[in-house]
Amino acid sequence: MANQPPRAESLALLAKLEAALKRRGIVSDEEIELKRASADRANPMTGARMVARAWIDPEWRALLLRDGTAAAEAMGISMRGNPPLGVLEDTAGVHHLVVCTLCSCYPRAIIGYPPHWYKSAAYRSRAVREPRAVLAEFGTVLPAGMQVRVVDSTADFRWMVLPQRPAGTEGWTEDQLTALVTRDDMVGVTLPRVGRRESRAA
Amino acid sequence: MSTGAGQVSAARFAAGQSVRVKDAKPERVARMHLRTPHYARGRIGRIVRALGTFPNPEDIAFNRPAEPRVLYHVLFDQPPVWGDGEAGDTLLIELFEHWLEEA
Repeated sequence: MANQPPRAESLALLAKLEAALKRRGIVSDEEIELKRASADRANPMTGARMVARAWIDPEWRALLLRDGTAAAEAMGISMRGNPPLGVLEDTAGVHHLVVCTLCSCYPRAIIGYPPHWYKSAAYRSRAVREPRAVLAEFGTVLPAGMQVRVVDSTADFRWMVLPQRPAGTEGWTEDQLTALVTRDDMVGVTLPRVGRRESRAA
Repeated sequence: MSTGAGQVSAARFAAGQSVRVKDAKPERVARMHLRTPHYARGRIGRIVRALGTFPNPEDIAFNRPAEPRVLYHVLFDQPPVWGDGEAGDTLLIELFEHWLEEA
């Protein structure tokens, strides 16, 4: 789907909408360009780097958990026009799983555009009701005794999970750790692991 | 009341406080954009923290004047909200102050 060229009528509609918004002073060329550039930049690597840095640097971790938006800005990500970012810290006792049961709220500025399953009625209804069954379908097995905390992204914040640093990564660099963290880890449907295969396709 | 993340000076509820989500269906009497899931209505949870103050989505989506409302993170036990959950599991939901009452 994503690789197909846009339909001509869609482009014509977009051009008309843009022209109408500009004529009324609602949006400028500069704002559109800014948004386009930030959309192009948004991908899971940004969030992955934030996670990797939190595993290495306690001060950064504290900032990330206190104010995700400020942390993103500190990394050079423009959060202008984006909802505030909240970060959920997994611990030895609690694992977070993010869903938006009402629509498809997702921290796009930080981890890019959501996969289709995140927006599906199946995920949205099941993640909140039977999270452990959903995790199992992603191949995720939680350690015994770990509680699941489903985070329903219902309002003005956007949420990402800060997973626990996996065993076997002692002494790794920020780049190595960044390469380990996937989009799905930051939604909470999977856990970062050393030596696993590449992340699932969108 | 100023709005934004972290703006919580007028918050009515404190962390740890027990609250009940109103068991209301205002969407039946007026057009509004609700951010309160049905499954949470009538349920008792506890305040984790006030997240900020934001224009009431019920009005802003219809281009009506929108009052600032304090938004909270509220934690619920998975059962009994869903009967088939596992004890100890929880749900963390963003809810606006006008949907909450002391419990």
